[in-house]
Amino acid sequence: MANVPEDLHYSKDHEWVRVDGDQAIIGITDYAQNSLGDVVYVELPKAEDEFAANEAFGSVESVKAVSEVFTPVAGVVVKINEALADEPENVNSDPYGSGWMIRLKMSNPGEVDSLLTAAEYEDFTKAESE
Amino acid sequence: MVDFGGWDMPVQYPAGTIEEHLRTRTHAGLFDVSHMGEIDVKGADAIAFVNRLTSNDVTKLVDGQAQYSALTTPQGTVIDDLLVYRLAADHLLLVVNASTTEKDWEWIRSHHSGESVELNNVSADYCQIALQGPDAQSILQKLTDLPLSEIKYYHFTHGSVDGVAGIVSRTGYTGEDGFEVYAPADRAEQLWNKMLDAGQTGTPTGVLPCGLAARNTLRLEAGMALYGNDIDETTTLLEANLGWICKLDKGDFTGREALARQKEEGVKRKLAGFEVTERGIARDHQEVVVDGQRVGNVTSGSPAPFLKKNIGLAYLPVEYATVGQQIQIDVRGRLVGAQIIKTPFYKRQK
Repeated sequence: MANVPEDLHYSKDHEWVRVDGDQAIIGITDYAQNSLGDVVYVELPKAEDEFAANEAFGSVESVKAVSEVFTPVAGVVVKINEALADEPENVNSDPYGSGWMIRLKMSNPGEVDSLLTAAEYEDFTKAESE
Repeated sequence: MVDFGGWDMPVQYPAGTIEEHLRTRTHAGLFDVSHMGEIDVKGADAIAFVNRLTSNDVTKLVDGQAQYSALTTPQGTVIDDLLVYRLAADHLLLVVNASTTEKDWEWIRSHHSGESVELNNVSADYCQIALQGPDAQSILQKLTDLPLSEIKYYHFTHGSVDGVAGIVSRTGYTGEDGFEVYAPADRAEQLWNKMLDAGQTGTPTGVLPCGLAARNTLRLEAGMALYGNDIDETTTLLEANLGWICKLDKGDFTGREALARQKEEGVKRKLAGFEVTERGIARDHQEVVVDGQRVGNVTSGSPAPFLKKNIGLAYLPVEYATVGQQIQIDVRGRLVGAQIIKTPFYKRQK
């Protein structure tokens, strides 16, 4: 069973959002990393890049496939997880910790309220895998 | 699971593509390749008939020997690549790709003209299990009395594995030593499970079941062409570096004239191997750029788990298809540096 931490917000594209004041830390979920398989490459934006909600900010590559990753909330990139350049496997081993991808300053912090709760996301993935 | 030529096949098993790939290189991997097609050609003219439709020289085979070859169009392009097994002087078995089995079958049948041969599409009768890797022989030996060490590369023998009568062939699509076992389709599960048990699957050095993704990365590292990606009806054998299976002096065969002409004139483009030298992974269909010009396409591009590089194959104008040539790959709008290197990318230590 995929791990779905209670304190995070989720998107239907399988990203998670951790709110820290007016900033959001974003990564992909345990369910997503598990369906992708071994992550071998992560492409991330640069600091200062600006994204609208649901816009692709980068990509995650497994041996077999490339998947875009989308930011569930709008904002400006404050920081990226540079360690993923050398250790992309952290996305698999620790998707909610060292596998985080970007930190955004949110343009509209209210957007997180429209995201899925842990319970809702869990139901969503169950329905999707059936 | 994905649809592959009409078969539901696993992309990977729980260990994952990288582990499956590495285990095959270091110990053993097991592949259910029952989707491959088999066409049986029997009769006094079997050798002459197949020799007329394929590019390699079937007359060179002895009983118990297999040959890599291609079914060619009159233009010298590739209808399919295949293995030709000589069961007897009047009996051949053609092993073809799953997605092309029907097409090959129609082509072969429709080009039968008067030769004394009986043709049968026996694809549904056979399962095929490939056990590949340095430990393949010792694992398979636990299940058979056949003297496996005496079977040479690209040779085969009839015999039984775990009591199931079939064909044991020292062939494969991974660049490793290994065997492909052909047996009645309803024994697939038995052979699969017995080979996993014999190979102590579940232990750190045991055999791992491998999916389509590992099959692809292993063959790519070993520089082997994949039909539908690197070769098809738009590419000639010479462009694909498969001149070694074009026996232009063996007598007439479909496409011989076109291939002889192309050999004489020289090919204009060639399949070349490259490694990515900057950050990024080249993927199938991406464009190759040299000096700002789009000069070709990647036909296979992937991470290479054993070599720990990102590699690929691409058709390029011959002037760029030389070792050391710097190229760029258009990776979703970003130009990533790469250079032409020698293939096969990986060669096992013998």
